[in-house]
Amino acid sequence: MNEKTLNTMLEKLKQEFDISDIVEHKPRLTTFTVSKQHAETLIRELRDREAYTHLNFMTCIDYIEDGIFSLVYMLHNYGKKHSLGVHVNISRNGEEVFSIHTLWAQAWTYQRELREMYGIRFTDSPRLDEDFCLEGWDQIPPMRREFDTKKFSHERFGHREGRSSEVPREHMKVQLYPNRGGDEE
Amino acid sequence: MTSLNRHTLTGHSAALDFSQPEPVDLSSGKYVKLWQGPQHPGITGNMSLELTLEGDTIIGCKTHVGYLHRGFEKLMERRTFIQNFTVVCRIAVPEPTFNEYLYSHAVEELSGIEIPDRAVWLRTLNLELMRLASFLMWIGGQSGAFGMYTVPNWTLSHRDFVLDLFEEMTGARIYHMYIVPGGVRAGLPEGFEKRARDVMDSTEKMLGQVERVMFNNAVTKARSRGLGIIDPEMIDPYGIVGPNARACGVARDLRKDEPYLAYDQLDFDIITGHDCDAYGRAWQRLQETRQSIDLIRQCLDRMPVDGPFQADMPNVLHWKVPAGETYVKAECTRGEYGYYMVTDGSEYVRRVHVRGPSYTHAIAVMERLAVGCNIADIAGLMVSLHTYPPEIER
Repeated sequence: MNEKTLNTMLEKLKQEFDISDIVEHKPRLTTFTVSKQHAETLIRELRDREAYTHLNFMTCIDYIEDGIFSLVYMLHNYGKKHSLGVHVNISRNGEEVFSIHTLWAQAWTYQRELREMYGIRFTDSPRLDEDFCLEGWDQIPPMRREFDTKKFSHERFGHREGRSSEVPREHMKVQLYPNRGGDEE
Repeated sequence: MTSLNRHTLTGHSAALDFSQPEPVDLSSGKYVKLWQGPQHPGITGNMSLELTLEGDTIIGCKTHVGYLHRGFEKLMERRTFIQNFTVVCRIAVPEPTFNEYLYSHAVEELSGIEIPDRAVWLRTLNLELMRLASFLMWIGGQSGAFGMYTVPNWTLSHRDFVLDLFEEMTGARIYHMYIVPGGVRAGLPEGFEKRARDVMDSTEKMLGQVERVMFNNAVTKARSRGLGIIDPEMIDPYGIVGPNARACGVARDLRKDEPYLAYDQLDFDIITGHDCDAYGRAWQRLQETRQSIDLIRQCLDRMPVDGPFQADMPNVLHWKVPAGETYVKAECTRGEYGYYMVTDGSEYVRRVHVRGPSYTHAIAVMERLAVGCNIADIAGLMVSLHTYPPEIER
């Protein structure tokens, strides 16, 4: 996609959907943020009007320090060989999100996974509460940043004698600089 | 035993109907619920299909994953960049190399690291050898799913010859951990080129026999023709990629469309088919296996024989990747494989999302195509979509 066409499209999206934080990471990848209220229409428009017909994936980033989840919808335009990453920020505290299962057949699977791994609920998404990877999971959703895998492992499976682990950085310091007490940078 | 997929009889509009099947009343005695997998010779790895049958016809299918879930994406958030490269190869057992390449490429892109020319070619060779090994395994699986066990013996023994090459090149047969951020771990050992060419010659000859025995076989044809027809209208709405899409005539291949590594210096065309059924997909993969052999030979002809294969790298103990975001992708044997990576400037990755083609092929597409199939054909259908569960559950 040439720069002029991309800029025209982004300008239009800015006016219509108030997109922000536009970043061109490389010639074939641009990302931006849009508010939840505009996101559903925007994604539909990108698919139907701008020919971003391929949903590469849908995922989430947990910004626990800001109290938000950033949902990422990666869309691809095969004709222009260009991908758009649409970020939608939502609250970490149980905010419900629109579903895109009517736009792509695989979207409900992503949404089912995000419900299980982050606890995000998608309105009317089919089979949302069916287990995806985890069976009988009774902890907090495991991909949330506050979920401590090591602590969970110790509590669930207990300590096994004969096993020890090192913090790699500290261990390697001692290995590399034994005469200096491992404090060499 | 093959029955035409029910959806193919309902016209194009049905292709865009994403609705879930209505639950049936099992107590009526009219239906049977049957689990295929997770331990079953007719399933591709540790996953299972929950099938609802009316007679011997499937009227509902649900894919279940999770038997291999090790939380790779979560693990990667708690490990340093250099530690992660030993983790990523385990995400797709038959094709670990694509994970190694994409992880390394994403890190290099965010760090602004340029890899030497020789590393570019060695990576290309490594990826194509992986493609060949994976296709050989798949051909055996597809043939076995239709009850012909001679072909798997041939193809898997030749896959082992390719694994021998991997062992020489990387020191390992399955999890190579060869492609690392900054380049590759080693050059080629002495005499490798000749041995690789010998393997290519014998494999090519064997593929001729496979074509005669498997593709001209009346039983294979009877069971795969008309099985699991993918309507071309389903390609984008279902996110279908790779040979599954190309077999329907859709000419999309990342190696050509958005060339990476040395693919822009290799001579090849995108192979497409016109039969959208299991037979067409098998034929497509056979041709792509031959193309892969050709690309390996081209790599051996054109790659530089000396020069560095590693870029100068920062001290891995103190390695911080600048804050950024990227999505990198490559054409694996099943289509678009991608790594989405977000970094925050620390020693740890903020988020990695692994995009494998099986995510949609094994769930949305499989659940759709299975409806209307005969129970005896479900294994053949599943293998024909070429899916690996670990890349779904990550």
